[in-house]
Amino acid sequence: MSETTTKAKELAEKLKAQFGDLLSDIQEFRDEYTLMVQDKTRIAEVCAYAKETLGFDGLTDLSSVDHYGDEPRFSVVYELYGHTHHAYLRLKLQVGEEECEVPTVTGVWRTADWHEREIYDMMGIRFKDHPDLRRIIMWEGYPYFPLRKDFPLEGKETDLPDVAFSRKAPMEGGPFVTSPGKATTTEREPRSRTVETD
Amino acid sequence: MLSLASKKLEGLSKDNAMSSTQTEVGYNTKIEGDVIVTKADAVLNWFRKNSLWPMPMGLACCAIELMAAGASRFDISRFGAEVMRFSPRQSDLMIVAGTVTYKMAMAVRRIYDQMAEPKWVIAMGACASTGGMFRSYSVLQGVDRIIPVNVYVAGCPPRPEALLDALMKMQDQVAKEPLLRTHKVPKPDALAGLHVK
Repeated sequence: MSETTTKAKELAEKLKAQFGDLLSDIQEFRDEYTLMVQDKTRIAEVCAYAKETLGFDGLTDLSSVDHYGDEPRFSVVYELYGHTHHAYLRLKLQVGEEECEVPTVTGVWRTADWHEREIYDMMGIRFKDHPDLRRIIMWEGYPYFPLRKDFPLEGKETDLPDVAFSRKAPMEGGPFVTSPGKATTTEREPRSRTVETD
Repeated sequence: MLSLASKKLEGLSKDNAMSSTQTEVGYNTKIEGDVIVTKADAVLNWFRKNSLWPMPMGLACCAIELMAAGASRFDISRFGAEVMRFSPRQSDLMIVAGTVTYKMAMAVRRIYDQMAEPKWVIAMGACASTGGMFRSYSVLQGVDRIIPVNVYVAGCPPRPEALLDALMKMQDQVAKEPLLRTHKVPKPDALAGLHVK
């Protein structure tokens, strides 16, 4: 185990020791440590402790996942990094579809501002006390959340006169996907594939 | 007429300093005296085609190749188009280089409307011509859905030479414009004629 991995494990254990039952057990995968936060309303507290005491002064990434069909539907993933000790840590939140609101961490890291706007724009998860929660990629007034699994790739028709419009893209048989691991180029050729046809 | 023609040839061989290299029968200023007789259409179109000032609507990666075409190796200045006027009021050729998203489409349309007649459009690259590899909810499937395009350039991105070839085809189109003959250019009305397939 490298130095940064041992350091990361140590910091993850300290965080777990501080918050006890609020965090799940440390999950380890290929030298990366993940903690699930059971109560999403206390995420800002956990992040503040991680930043001030444990030295995770960088929020490298903040993203969301749509587990369409599972309960709770969304997860929000926080990737933490410390510039002094060079260790990484991951925190995960589960967010249900009905109560789709998470407290913001912009008070801890200013960079979370735009990441949370992107999550709101693409997935529809709102952030409480966010300084400026509005769409960042699609335009104001766009009615859908594009990165949800039930939103089609070709999009839906919308019309906002003077602002923007959108139409369905012609799919012509669906997204053409390659099978990367196959031996010959004939098998690797991008085709319209479904899960069964591989 | 015949005597004039033979004098022209004589003039070419004796007086013209470049006689050894000159193969075409142009006109010789020493004989004809700085006067050409031609059509007004042809002259005006010749002026226009040799000074097409582009408005680079550089939106994505194709803009880099557009910049390369404007730089020294693939000089677009040879064609009189080195003044990349970023103001639509001062340009006459809009080169849409890059992916046009729906969010940007309104701005592209507005800039096109602000250009003064006569104006032409080159759709550079796959994304501007047809939406390219991005068949998705956010990309306009071809800039010709909102503005009329004169020349399409294939490529992802097209080489600067391909863009210069497109510029030459554009020049051929400009040369054929029936300028002083009365003709009406059908103006596309604002977004009412969207191609919705």
